[in-house]
Amino acid sequence: MTALGSWVRARGHWLLAITGAVLVLFLAAPLLGLAFATSFGELRAGLHHPLVWPALRLSLGTTSASLLVVVAFGTPLSWTLARAAGRFARAVEVLVQVPAVIPPAVAGVAMLLAFGRRGWLAGFLYPKGRSAAFTTLAVIMAEVFVSAPFFVQATTSAFRRVDQNYLVVARTLGASQLRVFFRIALPLAVPGLLAGAAMSWARSLGEFGATLMFAGNMTGKTQTLPLAIYTAFESDLRAAQALSLVLVIVAFVVLLFVRALLARSAVDTPPEY
Amino acid sequence: MKTHDSSSMVPPPDTKRLDAGRRRGLLALALGVVLVHGMLQACSRPKSEPAPAGHEEEKLVVFAAASLREGFGKMAEELKKSHASVTVAFNFAGTQEIRTQLEQGAVVDVFASADVRHMTALRDAGRVEAPTVFAENEPVVVVAKEKAGSIHRLADLPTAERIVIGAAEVPIGKYTLQILDKASRTLGADFRARVEARVVSRELNVRQVLTKVNLGEADAGIVYRSDLTSAGDNLSVVTIPSEINVIAKYPIAVVVGAAHSGLARDWVSLVLSDKGQDILRRFGFRSPSIAEAAR
Repeated sequence: MTALGSWVRARGHWLLAITGAVLVLFLAAPLLGLAFATSFGELRAGLHHPLVWPALRLSLGTTSASLLVVVAFGTPLSWTLARAAGRFARAVEVLVQVPAVIPPAVAGVAMLLAFGRRGWLAGFLYPKGRSAAFTTLAVIMAEVFVSAPFFVQATTSAFRRVDQNYLVVARTLGASQLRVFFRIALPLAVPGLLAGAAMSWARSLGEFGATLMFAGNMTGKTQTLPLAIYTAFESDLRAAQALSLVLVIVAFVVLLFVRALLARSAVDTPPEY
Repeated sequence: MKTHDSSSMVPPPDTKRLDAGRRRGLLALALGVVLVHGMLQACSRPKSEPAPAGHEEEKLVVFAAASLREGFGKMAEELKKSHASVTVAFNFAGTQEIRTQLEQGAVVDVFASADVRHMTALRDAGRVEAPTVFAENEPVVVVAKEKAGSIHRLADLPTAERIVIGAAEVPIGKYTLQILDKASRTLGADFRARVEARVVSRELNVRQVLTKVNLGEADAGIVYRSDLTSAGDNLSVVTIPSEINVIAKYPIAVVVGAAHSGLARDWVSLVLSDKGQDILRRFGFRSPSIAEAAR
């Protein structure tokens, strides 16, 4: 046995860690580039940029609203998909994944073609002829469209991992379907739900293309942080960098917070999970 | 057959050995970092390729404003006639984007901008040679078919319910605001305010403005005439009076240190030639005025 061979045998995990570190470097390099290229003074100037606060407020508001919608409708959907067998359920599952892969700008055009003033749902949605486009509601719709797939995917697999025995026992003890869902399945799936919610939220925070297409770009109304960054980028690259850093920091802090929540809820769940 | 006989090959995990293993691991990690760093370095600094000798295929790299896509595409076919072995590689995007890419080290031979300001900045930074204005582009009002009956003149613009214009940060938006200011002198001091009260979005590029009017989402918008060749029949066009209009000027320049500078100069000559100007006119551009060309 060569020295290398025995090293690999004993410390194989290092090999895996190093391989993984390559990806970490790749993912971190642009973020670090952003941080290195932006001095504290520029960051402060970035925070005082006239576009930043209305955009940050709008981004936090709309992403919270879209997350609420996604969770409220996505959780029942995921539960249903996780429980249902058959071809139709699989087809639906694939269908709700599709928005995650189509380019956001295309998603925006598609949304206009459905929910726009000349869209095929226009007669039903807007009898008075005023479409949702160019409103804050349109921003939320765009965010729901692009982020819901991430939530549904994560929560469907979380529900699938819930131990069937608990559900069966609860049913035999006389609990209703809804009670089983709310009192057993939902609490057991909480870590998965939180992870899905975090991913979905992150996606809608970064959402750019569909928003620009469907909601437009208006300060305080439809100009979210990514749109503000792009707008600033057109005139002042440094300001755009500073705004980007603000976005990265906000996202990092929130995701870190969710991780902490996850760690705590993981302790609370039974060991079987 | 023993399957768990690793103890014979791996020494028992006493602390000293563990430390040694960890150290080796760290060494390997450091090695990995150095390796990756080296690879990144290699990628980020492409050596300027030596000009291909003889009649091998040459590749001219042209970075151009998005509005030039069709015109320059046609121009490349024209170049092929006199330079059979040359292929033109285009990068079409917003002028700010291609400027940033050039500044960040993209390998480019020719740079064509939709805006004099960006070109001047590149010239001042020594990134491009002396630029020449090669085309003009005229802003026009586009009106969705639903409103075609009520908006015939620039003065009718405030009757639109939803107007989209370019953001002040992008060239078309800057021109739009200048036009509105000039119009306010003849159409009433509050003209710009009346139009802006109807503005529902300040788009980041001119295609976004056009798409929204084309889909009927917005009633009216201001775009370049050159954009209309690729649009459908869903809109009508209102010309802006020349005494009010602000014409966009497109400068072109050879990039300093271009790998194919001779070819780049041929490209610029073609664009400025009668043939090139003909092509651009076909796509909605105007030839620069005499004074501009002589600059």
